[in-house]
Amino acid sequence: MDALNVYAAKMAPQQESLANGHRACQGCAELLAVRLVAKTLGQDFIIANATGCLEIVTSSYPHSAWKVPWIHVAFENAAAVASGVEAGIKILKKKGKYPVDREIKIIAQAGDGGTVDIGLQALSGALERGHDFMYLCYDNEAYMNTGIQRSSSTPYGASTTTSPSGSESIGQVTMKKNVVEIAVAHDIPYVATASPSYPFDLMEKVRKGAEAKGPAYIHVLAPCPTGWRLAPNLALSIGRLAVQTKVFPLYEVVNGQYRMTVSYKNHRPVADYLKPQGRFRHLKEADIAFIQQHVDSSYDRLLKKIEMSEG
Amino acid sequence: MAKRIGIEVSLAISEAVKLANVDAIAAYPITPQTHIVEHLSELVADGELQAEFIPVESEHSAMSVCAGTSAAGARTYTATSSQGLALMNEILFIIPAMRLPVVMTIANRSLSGPISIWNDHSDLMSVRDTGWIAIFAENGQEAFDLTLQSFKIAEDHRVMLPISVNIDGFTLSHVIEPHEFLDQAEVDSFLPPYEPLVQLNPDKPVSMGMVGIPEIYFEAKKAQDMVLIESKAVIKEVFKEFGEKFGRYYHVIESYRTDDAETLLMTMGSISETAMEAIDIMKDEQGRKVGLIRLRLWRPFPHEELRELLRGVKTLAVVDRAVSFGSPGGPVATEVRSALYNSENAPYVASFIAGLGGRDVTIEHFTTMVDMAERMAEQREVHEYKMIGVRE
Repeated sequence: MDALNVYAAKMAPQQESLANGHRACQGCAELLAVRLVAKTLGQDFIIANATGCLEIVTSSYPHSAWKVPWIHVAFENAAAVASGVEAGIKILKKKGKYPVDREIKIIAQAGDGGTVDIGLQALSGALERGHDFMYLCYDNEAYMNTGIQRSSSTPYGASTTTSPSGSESIGQVTMKKNVVEIAVAHDIPYVATASPSYPFDLMEKVRKGAEAKGPAYIHVLAPCPTGWRLAPNLALSIGRLAVQTKVFPLYEVVNGQYRMTVSYKNHRPVADYLKPQGRFRHLKEADIAFIQQHVDSSYDRLLKKIEMSEG
Repeated sequence: MAKRIGIEVSLAISEAVKLANVDAIAAYPITPQTHIVEHLSELVADGELQAEFIPVESEHSAMSVCAGTSAAGARTYTATSSQGLALMNEILFIIPAMRLPVVMTIANRSLSGPISIWNDHSDLMSVRDTGWIAIFAENGQEAFDLTLQSFKIAEDHRVMLPISVNIDGFTLSHVIEPHEFLDQAEVDSFLPPYEPLVQLNPDKPVSMGMVGIPEIYFEAKKAQDMVLIESKAVIKEVFKEFGEKFGRYYHVIESYRTDDAETLLMTMGSISETAMEAIDIMKDEQGRKVGLIRLRLWRPFPHEELRELLRGVKTLAVVDRAVSFGSPGGPVATEVRSALYNSENAPYVASFIAGLGGRDVTIEHFTTMVDMAERMAEQREVHEYKMIGVRE
């Protein structure tokens, strides 16, 4: 029945737990994604936020954009702090020291740096311990807050300030780390990829993740006009192109079962996704062909997992 | 009624944590702290303590989880040693800045390298400026009592700061000593349930840990320093109340046979027991005017009490259990000299470093230090520090 769950914009919750007036860059897709997450979750949730863009643009004292309880401690430990909040509330409820009638969802959120690099250990620990929480990685594919340095989530060929393209280098020389599969390997109830360019798909996944008993992990591709060297008005269309070119397929893994949630019959060439972005400006036809090959084989591997789940 | 029990000091600390009815414990194993959290996990597993025990994947996460549980409003405890404390370092600064009253036992152990599991104070000294209240226990009874008192001090709304209770690794953590336990009713009469000032609750949303722009950061730090300094009054108040209730009195600096003393030894931690024996011998058998003071409270540093205690004292021999590499003395001695520098009739301060990495500090070492300190004082010898008990 999930597939029949059709949204209309006017049916989306009206409430906004993330206030207007934060300090994100123009065209920031991350903040749009966060707003959609907050809309879906309503008011009964608590956020543990990693250091990063999202933290600094929403919490410059004395101004806070958060209408829900929110805590930031450090860069690499959002999952650990969320573990603590979850465990703390659980025991206080047991002891009758916290409202027992409320279902309060614990959310950890971080960028790709705080998730796939420095925060990976804390994330793995929290997923393995089975805390009832949802972790959201807003992946803009580099350390944007400190000025566009490469992370292990930066895609092959992208030029960043610490993986610059030059006569001896294509830019980022490694393939994007697949943290979604690392999350799946923890055997948790819910894992998904999502994109603010597909708002209803994203909201549906957030709802499912929140309803899952135990850890949920959602990896959101958050186009960053500043870091991707992209016109701000193109952030959402580039997000759609990421899906249409198979670069970032939208799927979910429910109790180990894979399912594509957004599919296209015909996919566009990966060049359509790469060309509008300044960070890929230096790529030659041969480089693009190589990336196309990699994207195709990754996608085929995913399809096999989906087939196995269906079989 | 109080009962006298022979028990390992680590287990006595766990029992105190249980009596404090702690809500959450997050810990990672590291020698010599492990017995404390092992016993706590048993108490939780056996249903004797209703608490969340979160077995984390690192000390960095242990302290991060503590931030989360404490911010949620749960009474929070952890324990660590040495490299574990070093790994927590980043988060240690944030806990007091966010006014989270976490209580932590540090079973003091030397820092690598070379790797050593044995006792000295280099781990605590490396986190001196993180903003935690730091208290030293000398024996098992003190460790038990101070653990209970720490929750009360930390959670006092005038304080709301984390506390470390320091016990010497192995030489204290792993010995079996007689302890006078308090029963649950006695503890409950002393330690009220934790009432958080603010907590993460959707009924009253708060933002914690926000960005401190230049217009506010300095003020935030001043406020934090003020509250740490002012916590001393609350610490003394809690010590007094505990003493009046249970007959065991604690002071920010403890004195041993200091009447008429012209030379004082100054120690922290379990070597003080050996130092007392040395003082007894020097006083009773040699008729020397010596005494001992031991620092209970390392942070906030009790400058005023120290100056008061040192009135009339000619020589002070400070025994450090850590090296501050390249500095003009052991970390405690440097602090003491700094506290006394502008006061009139300040005693001569001799700085000794002894007992690193589990090296024994003997009665003979203490008498040697007193002899050396008096000789150096007489000659007004300008010196940085001297190491005692090291092969040259």
